[in-house]
Amino acid sequence: MDHSERRLIELTVNGVIHQVEADVRLTLADLLRHHLHLTGTHIGCEHGVCGACTVLVDGRSARSCLMLAVQANTRAIVTIEGLSVEGEPLRPLQQAFKDHHGLQCGFCTPGILTTLHELLGDNENPSEDEIRVALSGNICRCTGYQGIVAAVRSAVDAIRRGA
Amino acid sequence: MADAPQPTFGRPVPRIEDDALLRGRARFVDDLHFADMLEAAFLRSPHAHAAIGGIDTSAAAALPGVVAVLTMDDLRPLLTHDRLVVAMPSPNYRFDVHRPVLARDEVVHVGEPIAVVIATSRYVAEDALALIEVDYDPLPVIADCRQALDPDAPRVHAAIPHNLVAAFDTSYGDTERAFTEAAHVVDGQFWLHRGGSHSMECRGVVARHDALEDRLTVWSSTQTPNVAQRLLCDLLARDSNSIRVVAPDVGGGFGPKLVFYPEEVVVAAAALRLGRPVKWIEDRREHFVSTTQERDQYWDMAMALDAEGNILGIRGSLLHDHGAYTARGLNVAQASAITVPLPYNVPAYALDTKLVLTNKVPVTPIRGAGQPQATFVMERLLDLAARKIGLDRAEIRRRNLVRADQMPCQKPMKLRGGTFVVLDSGNYPEAQRMVLERAGWEGFRARQLEARADGRRIGIGLANYVEGTGRGPFEPVRVRIAGNGRILVASSATAMGQGTKTMLAQVVAEQLGGSMDNVQVTAGDTAAMNLGFGGFNSRQAVMAGSSAHAAAVKVREKAIKAASYLLECAPDDLDIVGTEIRVKGTDRKIGLGDVARTLEGIAGFKLPGDLDPGLEATEQVIVHDMAFSSGSAVAEVEVDIETGQVHVTNFLLAHDCGTMINPMLVDGQVIGGIAHGISNALFEWMGFDENAQPLTNNYGEYLLVTATEMPPIELMHRQSPSPLNQLGVKGVGESGVIPTPAVIISAIENALEEFDVRVAQAPVSPMDLLALIDAGRQRDRGQ
Repeated sequence: MDHSERRLIELTVNGVIHQVEADVRLTLADLLRHHLHLTGTHIGCEHGVCGACTVLVDGRSARSCLMLAVQANTRAIVTIEGLSVEGEPLRPLQQAFKDHHGLQCGFCTPGILTTLHELLGDNENPSEDEIRVALSGNICRCTGYQGIVAAVRSAVDAIRRGA
Repeated sequence: MADAPQPTFGRPVPRIEDDALLRGRARFVDDLHFADMLEAAFLRSPHAHAAIGGIDTSAAAALPGVVAVLTMDDLRPLLTHDRLVVAMPSPNYRFDVHRPVLARDEVVHVGEPIAVVIATSRYVAEDALALIEVDYDPLPVIADCRQALDPDAPRVHAAIPHNLVAAFDTSYGDTERAFTEAAHVVDGQFWLHRGGSHSMECRGVVARHDALEDRLTVWSSTQTPNVAQRLLCDLLARDSNSIRVVAPDVGGGFGPKLVFYPEEVVVAAAALRLGRPVKWIEDRREHFVSTTQERDQYWDMAMALDAEGNILGIRGSLLHDHGAYTARGLNVAQASAITVPLPYNVPAYALDTKLVLTNKVPVTPIRGAGQPQATFVMERLLDLAARKIGLDRAEIRRRNLVRADQMPCQKPMKLRGGTFVVLDSGNYPEAQRMVLERAGWEGFRARQLEARADGRRIGIGLANYVEGTGRGPFEPVRVRIAGNGRILVASSATAMGQGTKTMLAQVVAEQLGGSMDNVQVTAGDTAAMNLGFGGFNSRQAVMAGSSAHAAAVKVREKAIKAASYLLECAPDDLDIVGTEIRVKGTDRKIGLGDVARTLEGIAGFKLPGDLDPGLEATEQVIVHDMAFSSGSAVAEVEVDIETGQVHVTNFLLAHDCGTMINPMLVDGQVIGGIAHGISNALFEWMGFDENAQPLTNNYGEYLLVTATEMPPIELMHRQSPSPLNQLGVKGVGESGVIPTPAVIISAIENALEEFDVRVAQAPVSPMDLLALIDAGRQRDRGQ
């Protein structure tokens, strides 16, 4: 088995274009974390179940631990670092997480926020059941999910009020 | 004059930790990166028990990108000891089973580390693992602690003649008489199964040696950096000021990260030997076989009661699966043994506890630490007794609960440090009354019959618990006001997601101006605090919180005294508001930073009022007794008798953790614990086959509760201040998990009472329930 094959890829991450020569077996998660130093995306299981590594690929949520970096060629990726702007206040969803104690250790939080970003893009007023179903692919060991659900409902209200 | 900031203590203030976490700017151990850093991967035993002949690392070492392959033979010259000697003292050990740093001659569980590859990337390191050749000679395996005591059972360690690593009795009162005089006796055998902690961040270590200062810095995802530093100094024969251990942001702990692991010393030794930074990050499959686990216990118990349902005595035995090594001590079994009778008046108690080795991952505390199992056993016995005597499950508990007028209530049992168990405060019957009223316990029967008429089986359960919190003896905190007016707090308390930094900032800000923004907290860094323990046993708000309060009060008193000289007024006329000390009712004031600068002194000049230099205080409040949190839980479930599936539909908990520093954080801790308990009751099953091969090593096979399985949870707070500390606080980190398996199983039995189902285990799977329902139907037909 030859692990040495490398390919030049070009991808956009949080609006910035990167050209990278990547090992063909490098995961997208490791490319983001260790090559682009965007360490906000976390790796919790490396088998696609826990959801901590979820990023947006062309607007859709994807497990960056199950995707190869080369598969991200020509794609637009958004990570947790792209969901707020440094120096500006937290966006409504993140602020609601803070207000409603939607995070504790915060390790799963980036994947949860990207997942919810997709949900709220598809459905601007999800029911509690819809929120829980959307979250069911993300494991949080700390919160019991109640604060997360409360945060989403509050953020939905804030966004609808135009906050 | 600006409005005075509101007090911070007792309010649900937002966490100071959150902004970085929400922006992706937090720094977990795997986020650390150094230019010339190498990555490590560990070779782990595929056998549960084997003798090791040779280890051939030559092919692995020859792989391009591999810098070193190290076995115990290579590490031995760097270390003072081959083993991690971490067992807490007890006279009850029969022999020592300390873990080796790396296994050399024998492996005793799947996952035990044997060698480490250090390479330019983890990818290359893992390639090289496949090239290491180990000559294994498989040996007989013991997977089940019940069989391990058989004289002919295989031995977990070939050189140790039997598998009983420790045993002790916990007894008081005359149990013989209790059972002779009893009007009613119930008995049962109970089984609690093991699971993992499953913090979403696995373990990890980065070590880097600074040759210029000859200082080794070890970043570890640990709950106990100060303990790790002491062990690393011992093992590497280095002075304590030449090793710094830092717990950066830690992605959940839940117990196992309090343990010191082989990987921590191996990575540190490798960084020293190679002169380059080394990183090792545990992957999830490793977590399933190398991070400590808990909860395997087998109980055989009986309860004696009088005709009115008053408990006369409890006796029985506990077999505790210790795993393959002593990675912490006897503490889990000790906690189980004393927890059984705690919430109730039990005049006589006799428990024979045996800790048994098996060829499985070592057992150390996971959130709850032996207490959920003991609570499960006690509450099951009470449900059995209620049924036998014909009492309501709530009424039998009401008759036996420790009463408020008994507080403080000394129990004739001792903590591991030798002091008596004393329930310090609380009103247990009132908590039960509150939760029953709120849950509509009285009216449930009507709802249940109505549902049954619709073909739905719903049930309700009740469980009480008491949790030992705030393990002493101390946890230091230093509070310092810097020349720029900032309040710098340092503690050996260690944050792993609970909001420890916010908690400390609240306690300190309450005394020093009320501005949380002005407080900066350093936790879990041995360079900031060289004494202390860290985070476990629901202890940090109690121990570090108390020290933070004491230190902040001292700094406050000194700041006001100094300001009274500088402003030429009486100390009583002064108050600290925000970052200033003000003369009440005037606009005269002085900045906290100015006071601090004054106390830094000027060469040749007296300090004001002949005060001691500096504006700081370090306190380490000593408390030996534990503060006991308590509560009463009610759960409702619906069971589908065709599929065996259980839906938890409602959950209420009246709990008492004394004075609350931050009610929002308390809610988070309790609800998170309840989720862990629901997961333990229904989902988490760490399976091993008869050869002690793990059957569940990924999240497809090992299930954790997700958002769709969680019921709405309602908490009722009671606040009985603990008399043991100035703040009146008790710990809360583990409370939610303790009553939860017991209350869920109670509710399931209630839902299935027409089939006379008795659930003696947790977790209980849909298949288990279908078998129990079937058995009930067959009994019906047999009658």
